[in-house]
Parts: sequence; C-alpha cells; structure tokens
Amino acid sequence: MVEHFIYPEFEVERNKDRCIACRVCERQCANEVHRFDPELGVMVADETKCVNCQRCVSLCPTRALKIVKSDCRLRENANWSDETIKEIYKQANSGGVLLSSMGNPKPLPVYWDKILINASQVTNPPIDPLREPMETKVFLGKKPKSVKRDENGDIVTEITPQLELSMPVMFSAMSYGSISYNAHASLARAATELGICYNTGEGGLHEDFYIYGPNTVVQVASGRFGVHKDYLEAAAAVEIKMGQGAKPGIGGHLPGAKIVGDVSRTRMIPEGSDAISPAPHHDIYSIEDLRQLVYSLKEATEYKKPIIVKVAAVHNIAAIASGIARSGADIIAIDGFRGGTGAAPTRIRDNVGIPIELALASVDQRLRDEGIRNNVSLVVGGSVRSAADVVKAVALGADAVYVATAALLAMGCHLCRTCQSGKCNWGIATQRPDLVKRLNPDIGSRRLVNLMDAWRHEIKELMGGMGINSIESLRGNRLMLRGVGLTAKELEILGISHAGE
Amino acid sequence: MNINATGLDYKELNEMLRSVRGACNINDCLGQRFIAAGISDKTITISGIPGNALGAYLNGAKLEVMGNAQDAVGDTMNDGTIVIHGNVGDAVGYAMRGGRIYVQGNAGYRAGIHMKAYKEKQPALVIGGKAGSFLGEYQAGGIIIVLGLADNDKPIVGNFPTTGMHGGKMFLRSECKGIHFPHQVHTHLADESEMEEIAHYLRRFCFYFGHDLKELLDHPFTVVMPDSRNPYRQMYVAN
Repeated sequence: MVEHFIYPEFEVERNKDRCIACRVCERQCANEVHRFDPELGVMVADETKCVNCQRCVSLCPTRALKIVKSDCRLRENANWSDETIKEIYKQANSGGVLLSSMGNPKPLPVYWDKILINASQVTNPPIDPLREPMETKVFLGKKPKSVKRDENGDIVTEITPQLELSMPVMFSAMSYGSISYNAHASLARAATELGICYNTGEGGLHEDFYIYGPNTVVQVASGRFGVHKDYLEAAAAVEIKMGQGAKPGIGGHLPGAKIVGDVSRTRMIPEGSDAISPAPHHDIYSIEDLRQLVYSLKEATEYKKPIIVKVAAVHNIAAIASGIARSGADIIAIDGFRGGTGAAPTRIRDNVGIPIELALASVDQRLRDEGIRNNVSLVVGGSVRSAADVVKAVALGADAVYVATAALLAMGCHLCRTCQSGKCNWGIATQRPDLVKRLNPDIGSRRLVNLMDAWRHEIKELMGGMGINSIESLRGNRLMLRGVGLTAKELEILGISHAGE
Repeated sequence: MNINATGLDYKELNEMLRSVRGACNINDCLGQRFIAAGISDKTITISGIPGNALGAYLNGAKLEVMGNAQDAVGDTMNDGTIVIHGNVGDAVGYAMRGGRIYVQGNAGYRAGIHMKAYKEKQPALVIGGKAGSFLGEYQAGGIIIVLGLADNDKPIVGNFPTTGMHGGKMFLRSECKGIHFPHQVHTHLADESEMEEIAHYLRRFCFYFGHDLKELLDHPFTVVMPDSRNPYRQMYVAN
C-alpha cells in the first residue's frame, strides 16, 4: 500500500551566515529534526519531524533559527481545508482514530471576548487597590442557609469543611504520568506558596509531594489509579472526576510507554501496562450512585474534606449540576469544551461539549432558581486565559476557576500540541529523564507564582475599578457585565445586558 | 466489643467503629452503608445485612459477614480481607488494588471490574458460586477465581466477561464451553503450576466455608489471560 505523502507542516529556516554548527539544536530536539552533516560541515534538518515547539529557536545562541508555517498547501477550498484533507490522508494511511493534544483550536465563539466589564465613574467611586485593602480570599464548600446564634448572641458556626484559597484560582487536574515529576513539583510548590491548590489528576500522588497535601486536590476517577487511604487523607479536598471538557463522555488511555519508574509505582500498575480509565465509573449510573461515592469518600475521610464533583460542560449541564448539588458534593467543577488535554480523539475534542461561559451562567441561574446555590461552590475551567477571564467568570457566578493551559505556558510550554508523543522538549509532558530535567522546579514554581501574583493584582485593579473591594461582592454580580455582538438568546443565557443598555 | 446497629445510621455506626480497638461484632446490621470505609486495624464480624460499599478503601482490616452483602463490597480496597458467608450484589471488588475477598455464594454484575496489581500488591477475589455479566471488565491485575458451586444450571459467568482485560488472571472452575470471550484474551485449561498459583486461595476458601479441597479440584479450571498489556496501542494516529 502506498502512503499518501503529507508535506511537513513547518519549515526550518536556518540563517547560514549566523549558524556556527554548535549543534545545540540537535541536542535539544527530542524529535530529532536537526542533524550535523560531517561531509558538508553544516547542520541539516528533517522537517517532517518538526512540531514547532520553538525549543531550538529559543536556545540557538546566534539566533540563526526560525520555524515557519509551510506555505506549501494543498488545493484548498472553503469546504475542504488543507487540514481536513490531511486528516483524511492520515486516516487512510493508518486506519487510526485521530488523536490530538491541548484544547479545541476551532474558531468557535469565545464568549469571554464578547463580554465587557463595568467601571465606576463619578458616583460609587472606584477603589485604589494600592492604597486600600482588597479581599481576594475565597472559601469553597457548602454554606449554611442562615446564621445561628447562641443565647449570648454569639454566632454558632457549624460549617462543613471548606477549601480556603487566597485567590479564586486553582491549577486544574494534570496527572503525574501525563506531565513530569518536575512539572508536578513546580505546581505543588507554587500552589503552597500562593495559598491555592493544585490537582493531582488521575495519576496518584507521588510520595515526595505528600508534604504539599494542604494545597493538593486529589482526584478519584473511573480507573481509581493511586487511590488509597493515605492519598485521600493527604489532600485538602477530594475530586471525583466524572468528565473532562476536552473529551466529554470518554475515558483516557495513558499509553504503556509512559508507565515507567515512579509513574508506575504512583499509579500502582506494572511498568509498560496501559493505564485505562474507562469512560464511565462502573458503579455510577444515577445521582443516587454518585451520592454513594461522595459519601463513601466522606466516610473514609471522616467528613474532614470537601468533595468536588467534576463534570464536562454538556447540553443538559444545568440539570446535571442540580443533581450533583443534591448528591452531597460540596463543590461542582465544570470544564468547558475548550479545556486542554494530554491526548483526546480529535473529533471528540473539536465537536463535543459546550462553551464554559454559557454553562456557568445557566448552572448558576438554575441553582439560584431552585434555592440550592448555597449547597455547593462552583469552579469553572476550560480555557480561562487571563485575570479578565477570572473576573468575568466570578461575575457570571463562579466561586473560583481552574487554570491549566496558562500554568503550562508559565512553566515553558509553547503549545505545540503534541503532548501525546511523550517527547516534550520543555520537560513538561514527558517521562524521559533527559527531558524532564530541563524543567527546573525552582524556576517553574517561581514563574507560576509570578503569573498568579500578576493576576491577583489585575483582579484587584478590575474589582477596584468597579468599586468592589471583595470577591464575595463580585460573585454572580452580572450587572457588572455587558455583552457586545451577541444575540438576544446568548444574552438571555448569559443573564447580561447588551453594551449600551 | 459488640455494637447493636439497630437505629444507628451509617455515620454513627462508623464513628463507633473507629473508636473501637481490636475485635468488634456488629449485630442486627440493617443496610447501613460504607461500613469500615478506609479502616485499617480491626477485625469486624457482622450479623445481619450490611449496605452498599462495605469496606470501601479498606486498608488492612478483616471483615466477616455472616450473611449476604449488597453492592460495591470492597470498592477500591487496598489491603485486608473480606469474607462473605452468602451472596454479594453488583460491582464487588471494583478497582481493588490489594487484599482478599472471599464470597461463599454468587456475585452480581460487574464483579472485579478494573482490579489492578503492582509488585507485592496482588489482590484476589474468590467467588464460590456463579458470577453475573461483565465479570472482570478492564481487569488490569490480580486474580479472580470463580468456583461455580451453586445449585442452578446457569453458566459459571454471565455475558461479556473480561471485556477490555489487559492484565492479571482469571480462573473459572469450568471448561467454559459456550461462554463467549472477547478477542483480546486467550483461554486454556490450567496446568499444575497454575493450579499451584491459586492453591492458597482455594485452601482459604475451604477453611472459611467448610468445603473439601478435593471437591473443588474435581473440575478443570479455565484460565483467562489478556493477549496484550497495551490493547489500544494500534488504535490511534497522531494528528
């Protein structure tokens, strides 16, 4: 059988006047694009292997390298794009299901970018966060319906366990296995320094990271990898993963090639064996069954930890969230269709699920309508890219947000979207020791702290501009938002007015 | 110590259990869920019927139920022993990663789903009677043994056993004629060395439930094993 040739997506442009043949690019490229030709005495490149991760460009000491998108295109038309045709070729060549990494890249609407934030003018003056205290701390968990007082008038607090965060942001689930030891170390240390949480994903908790337990959310997913008593006890909260925004309705397969050494031990499965997380939890077929898993975890942790239930944003999300809010869960995490992933079938990633902005607005409204909004906190993820997105999410009703892609970028990810290959040149989505050591956890955690410090300042400035000095006063405050270029239906679902109204 | 479970809900019952040291009897158990969840250091005997998720995340304790148990016995169990003098409901031993479960009677659907193993942690699930459909789906490690000791003419296991199996072993005390296994596993009759692998579990089964080992060995055992630890490796193409 003759395979269709697919012209490389990227081209390596090497400035011969600048290249000194130091071979840094060759040593840095795990994809083996660069090679020194001893006969000609020059560096040559095999562009078919290039993923445009920019590692060689970043480290070339003479700035001799540039990676450019190839302009060799197939004869496209409005229906059959170059990408669509090449996908057909790949499948005809291999018979395989297309597998992609990171979030949905399609040009579907980003509602964050069509929502604008208010500011105070003249009346209700803005607040200067550099001079006045601004509260960004949040507590996630069930809130009591009313305040109780004893006979002396003192408040009696019977509050179920809460997750305390210094700002309304957490690093979302990325498993040890899908990302490296050093990436986990960076996230754990940064979360601890920042007073927020990171999330283990479904890969267990490496023994070295138990000390970061008070800033760790541990995940219980359908494969139950690495789940045992000590793991549950170590955490600040336990998250039941029902679904993920990048691949709603399907499970995950961490290939055996990544199940090596400590990853194998942390997941408690043999080296080289695929780690298969089935699509469903095989003991959950209803909200009642979910309640059983929630309460088995609460019993095992003696009611000391809040339980999070994470679901993907799908069509009936408001009804689903209403069920979860009645299941005994303390926190609902909703992951939108733009959420990232280490690997997902392309068709699922690009076509299944709904935007987080719409899901969040409809869930918050539904829970309010039903009088059960206080039963749970809401955490949303699925491409929260900036402090402005955080502020918009909180104003739409979120208690906090999950970020992962932004955190990866802070650690050095260049969004080349080939995590599934396991050859991450930036030491993040890989288990190869020579690559993992490229990510220094001291630097990785510092950069994560920098990012979140910057966001915290921006959140305070945006809040101050609105004359709001506490996250609590911003939550669900949709009057602070206006839409631009949205239809009446979109505005209705978002619960906001159009700009100018 | 004795705990009379009458009128206690599961939260109260588990709080009492946690405060007990050493051995404990629970009498008149009536459907309380999550009994002994995550408990590590006790010997607990239960009279009556415990509710769902008995011994979830069990971490080394020994539980003995003098009757039937319900769904999700030993869910995500890490260590310890559970002995059931009766039948169990669905999903017994789901995602078990260590310890032993012995069931005298039959098991419902989805027994031993996604059991896994790692080095010295080798879980075992022994079912004396017959197993329902979907036995050992996604099995990734450990040993599942079904003995078929039941007075009915049902097959030893229901429909769709071992779908997605990619690790561990299953022993069925039957020639398994007419049972359809998926293409990614292979079956053969156990040889002497394989019978030696499970001899310990069979002897314990006889000890707990008063059977004669010879009686168990009068039938051939079919061994089911996966062809590959990477069943989906060829399924994808990078995009």
